Formats: sequence, C-alpha cells, structure tokens
Amino acid sequence: MRLSPDEMIFWQYGLFKLNGTIVFTWALMFVLAVGSKLITRKLSTGLERSRWQSLLEIVVTGIEKQIEDVGLRHPEKYIGFLGTLFLFVALASLCTIIPGYEPPTGSLSTTAALALCVLVAVPFFGIKEQGLGGYLKSYVEPTVIMLPFNIISELSRTLALAVRLFGNMMSGTMILAILLTITPFIFPIAMSVLGLLTGMVQAYIFSILAAVYIASATRVRKPTPELDVKR
Amino acid sequence: MDSITLIAIASIVTAGLTIALGSIGPALGEGRAVATALSSLAQQPDSATTITRTLFVGLAMIESIAIYCFVVSMILIFANPFWNHIIAQAAGK
Repeated sequence: MRLSPDEMIFWQYGLFKLNGTIVFTWALMFVLAVGSKLITRKLSTGLERSRWQSLLEIVVTGIEKQIEDVGLRHPEKYIGFLGTLFLFVALASLCTIIPGYEPPTGSLSTTAALALCVLVAVPFFGIKEQGLGGYLKSYVEPTVIMLPFNIISELSRTLALAVRLFGNMMSGTMILAILLTITPFIFPIAMSVLGLLTGMVQAYIFSILAAVYIASATRVRKPTPELDVKR
Repeated sequence: MDSITLIAIASIVTAGLTIALGSIGPALGEGRAVATALSSLAQQPDSATTITRTLFVGLAMIESIAIYCFVVSMILIFANPFWNHIIAQAAGK
C-alpha cells in the first residue's frame, strides 16, 4: 500500500533518487510553463482572439478578482505568486484522470515546500508594503504579551496549510486504491470524481488562505487618502 | 502477551478510535457552519459570493481537524514506527 508518490522510484544513482514526486512535479512545471509560453506568443487585443487566449484571460481575471475580493488592493503585485500556487495545485489534482499519474501534492514534501513558500512570502510582501519596522510592529499588536502567540500562530498555520493539502490529496488516492481492491468499477469512479472536486476546492482554499495571510500582513494600519476610487 | 501483540493491538485500536472520535467534532461544526451560511444567504442574497467564499474557507479550516485525525490514523496503520521497529527486531533475532 503506497503512502505517497515518494516511493515510486524511477531512477537511482547512489544517494540521488528520482522518485515519482519529482518526476510528476517536473511534468507539471513543463506543461504549465510551455503551455503558457505557446499560448501567449501572439496575444491580440482586438476582437479576434484564439480560444486558448480566452481561456487564459478567464483564468487570470478570475484569480485577480478573487485576490481583490480578499482585500489586497493591487492584485497585479501578488498574482504571480498566488496564481502560480492555485494553478499548480489545481493542475496537480486535475491530472489524476491520466492513468499512472500520482499527484505530487500527495507527498508531504511538496505540500511542506509550498507552505514554506507561503511562510517566506508573507513577511516578504509585508515588509515590501510597510517597511521592516512597520511589519515587525504588527507582531506586538494588540499588546506585547501577544508576541509569542503571534509567532506561534504564524508557524502553526503554515503547518496547517501543509498538512491540510497533504491529507486531502493522500486520502483521495488512498481511498481509490483501497476501493479498487474491493469493488471493480462504479464506486471507484464515483470516488475519483469526488477526489477531483476536493482537489479543486483544496487548490482554491490553499491560494485563498495564502492571500488572506498576505492581506493581513500588508494591511495598512493608518488611514490613507487613497480610498476605493476605482470601484 | 508479548510486545508484538501488544503493539499491534494498541495501534489498531488507537487508529480506529482516532478517526471515529475525530470525525464527530468537525462534522458537527461543519453542519452548524453550513446552517448559519444558509440562513444568512436567505437574509441577504446579494452578498452570496462573499458568503459562499467565506463558507468554503471556514469549512476547509474545520475539515483540516478531521484530516489531522485521518493522517494520524493512516500513520498508525501504514507507517507505524513502533511496529517497524519491533518487526525488525523480531526478524533480526
């Protein structure tokens, strides 16, 4: 009973192992990068647009609107990071319909890496928006006694992000594997549809939580004259 | 009763109890969350997107408690360090 794609070894040379997680992550990166590059080679702003460009526009404007709804004012600053998180996790779970594929997010290494990216990104964006002093002062809000609790909450929500995504992905694949040994055809298909749904929801949750954490770190503490003029 | 049996019994019983008890709380919590979300949707259908998004985020946070219990249960069944240790010891003897 395989617990994660870490145990599918494709190639081994001494200490250096190419396991399923790495290979499938590379495949996803390749698809995302090369696909986007091919689609955006000839962008048009007129009335004639290719279908792929429309698809990308739907995706990008959808993510931008979600980021703005969460409370981040200039979504173009954050959409690189948050959009990549969403697209990677969503594509990782969408490709489970391809036979022989195991989602790399079903391994704790991948989800821990993604959660660590969020852990680093939150202070990065916070310091970029508010400066080092302003960001560090947010840790002693509302009183100095809350300092250890704020630090602990930072670390624990990173852990929660990693384990939540890992648990959802791993449970989906594992339930499918167990069911395949019991009932032949119909029930595993229903479970894999459910697995697709939860994969999409978890991708959305991961990126929205990352956006909420970044929003709370970049929240301006004093009132500015730049109010909602665009709306 | 020797150690192998004891470890096996403890792991199996704990794994079952973990996931059984650990799913009660999140299920009740999610039920309350969805019920409140539905009533607020009935009161203010205009903010449906905000309510739905907040509902999903809240449900994911509640669900993650059940996921933690599931992960512990899976570790006890499939990647149990005590079991591996005692089996390695018994095989080495």
